Amino acid sequence: MSHSNGKALRSVGTRPVRPDGIDKVTGRAVFSADFNLPDALSGAVLRSPFAHARILRMDTSKALALPGVKAVVTAGDLPTISDEQAQINDQPPDFRDLSANILARGKVLYEGHAIAAVAAVDTESAQRALQLIDVEYEVLPHVIDVQQAMEPDAPVLHENMITRGITPAPTRPSNIASRHEQIHGDVELGFSQADITVTEEFTTQPVHQAYIEPHACMARVASDGQTEIWCSSQGQFMVRAYCARLLAMPLSQIRVIPLEIGGGFGGKTTVYLEPLAVMLARKSGRPVKMEMSRADVFRATGPASGSYISMKIGARKDGTLVAAQGILCYQAGAFAGSPVRLGCMTAFAPYDIANVKMIGYDVVVNRAKSAAYRAPGAPMASFAAESLIDMLALRLDMDPIELRIKNAAREGTRTAYGPGFREIGYLETLEAARAHPHYSAPLGKNQGRGVASGFWFNIGGQSSAAITLNEDGTVMVATGNPDIGGSRASMALMAAEVLEIDVNLVRPQIVDTSSIAYSDLTGGSRVTFAVGMAVTQAATQLVAELKQRAAKLWDVPDGQVSWRDGCAIAIVDGSDECLSLAALAAQAGKTGGPVAAHVSLNAQGAGPGFGTHICDVEVDSDTGRVTVLRYTAVQDVGRAVHPSYVEGQLQGGAAQGIGWALNEAYLYDDNGALLNPGFLDYRIPVASDLPMIDTVLVEVPNPRHPFGVRGVGEVPIIPPLGAVANAVSRATAARHVDLPMSPPAVLKTMQRAARRRR
Amino acid sequence: MKQHICTSINGEITEFLCDSSATLLQVLRDNLQLTGTKEGCGSGDCGACSVMFNDRLVCSCLVLAVEAQNSRIDTIEGMATGDKLHPLQQSFLEHAALQCGICTPGFLVAAKALLDTNPSPTETEVRFWIAGNLCRCTGYDSIVRAILDAAEKMRHAETGVAP
Repeated sequence: MSHSNGKALRSVGTRPVRPDGIDKVTGRAVFSADFNLPDALSGAVLRSPFAHARILRMDTSKALALPGVKAVVTAGDLPTISDEQAQINDQPPDFRDLSANILARGKVLYEGHAIAAVAAVDTESAQRALQLIDVEYEVLPHVIDVQQAMEPDAPVLHENMITRGITPAPTRPSNIASRHEQIHGDVELGFSQADITVTEEFTTQPVHQAYIEPHACMARVASDGQTEIWCSSQGQFMVRAYCARLLAMPLSQIRVIPLEIGGGFGGKTTVYLEPLAVMLARKSGRPVKMEMSRADVFRATGPASGSYISMKIGARKDGTLVAAQGILCYQAGAFAGSPVRLGCMTAFAPYDIANVKMIGYDVVVNRAKSAAYRAPGAPMASFAAESLIDMLALRLDMDPIELRIKNAAREGTRTAYGPGFREIGYLETLEAARAHPHYSAPLGKNQGRGVASGFWFNIGGQSSAAITLNEDGTVMVATGNPDIGGSRASMALMAAEVLEIDVNLVRPQIVDTSSIAYSDLTGGSRVTFAVGMAVTQAATQLVAELKQRAAKLWDVPDGQVSWRDGCAIAIVDGSDECLSLAALAAQAGKTGGPVAAHVSLNAQGAGPGFGTHICDVEVDSDTGRVTVLRYTAVQDVGRAVHPSYVEGQLQGGAAQGIGWALNEAYLYDDNGALLNPGFLDYRIPVASDLPMIDTVLVEVPNPRHPFGVRGVGEVPIIPPLGAVANAVSRATAARHVDLPMSPPAVLKTMQRAARRRR
Repeated sequence: MKQHICTSINGEITEFLCDSSATLLQVLRDNLQLTGTKEGCGSGDCGACSVMFNDRLVCSCLVLAVEAQNSRIDTIEGMATGDKLHPLQQSFLEHAALQCGICTPGFLVAAKALLDTNPSPTETEVRFWIAGNLCRCTGYDSIVRAILDAAEKMRHAETGVAP
């Protein structure tokens, strides 16, 4: 089934105003903290002041006795999760860890780790109650840095953590949760064929997703246990499943109502407050609202893993890459589960290299548990790989895009992580970047131009969509995936395309967990692809049904009816007949009742995504301050359903990547307490930091989607780290290997390089 | 003891009771249910709670509610006239200048404050004016374009010359 072949598209590829636009420019849209219920209590969380400590004793009686306090919960109120219940379908998360993350059990593992929660009649009483909770700690030595955490004498976070993936299994516990190995070809043989090798070590710091909306939720529990949760997340079904597993409740007892989500970027693919709110609501018998402060968000949620990476590539004199090798150590935070495996898989995926060996270590440290952040695991690995490619280009005196074109993965290239690529558009992004006027524009003094590419898998997954024909001929499209950046618009456009009607006749809705079948969460760049596929199929079914209804009204065989411009048409008794959606809807009662279609599927065939970015910088030689002068992001997007929002993904991802490269880092004091849990000192890029971000949408259609869609949202955050670092390195004639490239760090690297040149 | 405050919000005389420690943001959101003004940080760093206070652009999380006595407050809820959007609101829609939308009310209030005093800002002036408003989704590109375009349309509407 392909709607894109041979037929001009009428809706897909246009730029209508988004269906939820008016609500969002007038302040009417209801985000998580905007939802209120009469009689709701205010919930608050007590958090650890220590990075690593044993909880010797906790007494909540004084807090409970405070007037206005209605409930207190601690880890003892959470059900114990058995080994069998620890995972769903052998997939992360580990619910024993998640349970211990939402309320610490026995030990606190990072500053900000939740240890108790209270509900009171107002926020002041709740805050006072927190101060009355008496906790006795035994402070333990802590470790923040990933390399230090791997040392044999490092403080151990989990006494039962035996490194997985090593044979024979180690006998002593450590902070290395697992070792991952990925071997493709024979890397020793590969390096023996190399004329040139380039080796370097890289570090990157954890960065927060820094969505502007802090986590918040409301929960209400009826006396029979029926539970409602209003919250913003990247998946209402995820919230339902996680709360059910953490609280040992049947799914049918929980209804999650999605509110507008104020940014997520992967950081809202888990739960923090929701189970606490449910427990407090259950204990108190009243609705409970909980909101995180910005400091809580920084201390206790996210971030993306920091990393230490050692990497080496080998090439022939002509630039042909023959081998690549890497050791990647990722900070998981307090519990296992960094995306290091994805880093190993993605680092060299843009290239056709016969011999690749990658080893990854997942390492726990006394920081908040890391969470997904846009292409989890890929940007830091790509930063290392793309820096090495740039160093090789300089050594060979080759144009960096030429070098990439020479080694680019194409259709049929077998990836180092296993499967072969089918139709991909990497080469097309490189050619578009080379042809872009930006690439040949002159550079001034202290200026440099960097190029980097990036790869992301993109995923499909379980998705549901329901389409209903209203009595007046307008159409409702219901899906179960939060709209995080304009997906309502793309759902409406795809439905309108199939129905051949004006997009304004289609009203998309994001519905609660009791109103549609299960859908995987909004993540993995999957919604426009996979949920879009469900919408497209549902719309196709609706058209088929409507043609049958028209055939019934005309008393002709079904096959005689076709569909055009939103109407059933047929030649009946020699004359052209036409029934519009409105006419068919009006007569639905006579032809079999209301017309609707529901499709649930597990979408396969997500097309991989590739991007190539060009970045110009100027470096102040006195201060080391980097200014991004010009930026161009090129990406194969398959087919842009709503090009404005696709461009927005490229621009937003680039800006986040620039922040990762230049500004963003966590600062800790000697006790492991975060020094910059706020937007003043954790500085994400602001408007005056950035130039316009030019975009080029390359469209190499994904043949396994009806409109050729590929996932888009994650690729754009991968190339910027390398692109900015390569630009700074070329501007300063010194290689910058540690992120962020803050002014003092840049200056230091420049001075060291100058000393070496003397 | 609660304080009794009388003020003007979006042109309407409004009375409320608040603790002397309450911020204007808390009162707008919790007492008056004007939840279009958002809290992103509570420390004046993100601009999501931007409102006009006696024609001055402020972060409402940094203003005490009691300061609003006999003042004039304008919020995002008052920007459109009936069902007619302000040109900035329309421009944000046309330029897809929002993805998640949580920062949008703050940007609109800030942008209107800019155009009220400087009807023809340069790109650089726009970028520095909105540097106090954080957006994590868009990279600011579409926001800057939306503001520049709205400014141009408003200038032409003023002079009656089509752009």
